Amino acid sequence: MKALRWVVGTIGELLITLGVLLLLFVAWQLWWTDVTANREQAVAIQALERGFTHAAGPRPGPSTTPGPAATPDPLATLKNVPFGEAFAIVRIPRFGAGYARPVLQGTDHETLGKGVGHYVGTAMPGLVGNFATAGHRTTYGKPYADIDTLRAGDFIVIETKTHYIVYAVQRHVIVSPDHVDVIAPVPQHPGATPTQAWMTMTACNPKYSAQQRYVVFSKLKRIFTRAGGLPASFMAVPAGAVG
Amino acid sequence: MYGPLWRLLPGRWPVKAFLSLILTAGVVVLCFLWVFPTIAPLMPFNDNTIQTGSPSPDTTTMAP
Repeated sequence: MKALRWVVGTIGELLITLGVLLLLFVAWQLWWTDVTANREQAVAIQALERGFTHAAGPRPGPSTTPGPAATPDPLATLKNVPFGEAFAIVRIPRFGAGYARPVLQGTDHETLGKGVGHYVGTAMPGLVGNFATAGHRTTYGKPYADIDTLRAGDFIVIETKTHYIVYAVQRHVIVSPDHVDVIAPVPQHPGATPTQAWMTMTACNPKYSAQQRYVVFSKLKRIFTRAGGLPASFMAVPAGAVG
Repeated sequence: MYGPLWRLLPGRWPVKAFLSLILTAGVVVLCFLWVFPTIAPLMPFNDNTIQTGSPSPDTTTMAP
C-alpha cells in the first residue's frame, strides 16, 4: 500500500513538472525568442548600416580605360551571397518609421530567427524576376507581424550596399504552405518568363499558426543610388499605420 | 520525488528554500538557453515557409 502511494505520488509530481516545463516552453517561444531576436536584429542592422556607409565612402576614381565593360551593373554585384549572410535592410513605412530588419540569404529555421530570409534561387532585389522573402509573423522578432496591414501602393524599401530599391505593394493572397508558385519568377505563373521585377513576402497565417501562408506581391517602383539618396516621400508613414 | 530532494538539501528550512530557488533558476536557464532552442526546430508550428512535397535540402519553404 505504501509502495503504491509512493508510485502514484511520484507520477503526479512528474506530470506537474512536465506541465510547468511546457508552460515554460510556451513562455520561451512567445516571449523570449522575441526579446533575443529583436536585440540581435538591431545589432545586425547597425552592422549593415556601418558597412554600407563605409562602402559608399571611398569612391573609385575615374577609370583610365573607360568603356561600357568597365562598369558592370551594380545591382548584379549581389550575386552569390553566401547562405546565412545578411546583405540588405528592409524598411517598411507602414510598419513604423523606425522599422528596419536585416535580409539574409536562406530561409531555414536558424536564418529566419535572424531576420527576413531570401528564398535561395529567386531574384536579388531590383532585378527582373521575383525577389522572394520569408519572415516570421510571430516569435523570433516577428519581422512580418503586421503583413496583413499592408495596402496596395504601400512602399517597401530594400537598402543594399549600393542602392535603395523601392517596391510598391500590389495585392495579397492566402494560400496553403505548398503553393510554391507564389515565389515563381512571375508570381502565380510558374514557367512564365519574367519581364518585370517583383517582390514576394510570405508569412504564417493566421497568427500563431502554420496552417496557411499570407503572401504579399509588390512590383518595382524606383531604384535610387546610395549616393543620390532616397527621397523622404518613400519613407513617409501612411495614415493609419500600426507603427 | 521532491520530498527526498528536500530532505537531501542541507541546513534549516530557509537555507533549503533558498537552495531550491537556485536549483529551479538553474533548470529554467538550462531550458531557455539550451533545451528549448534545440527542440524548437522540431515543432510543427515552427515549420514556416512554402514547400513542395518532399522535404529535401533544396526544397523551397515559406515562414510563419
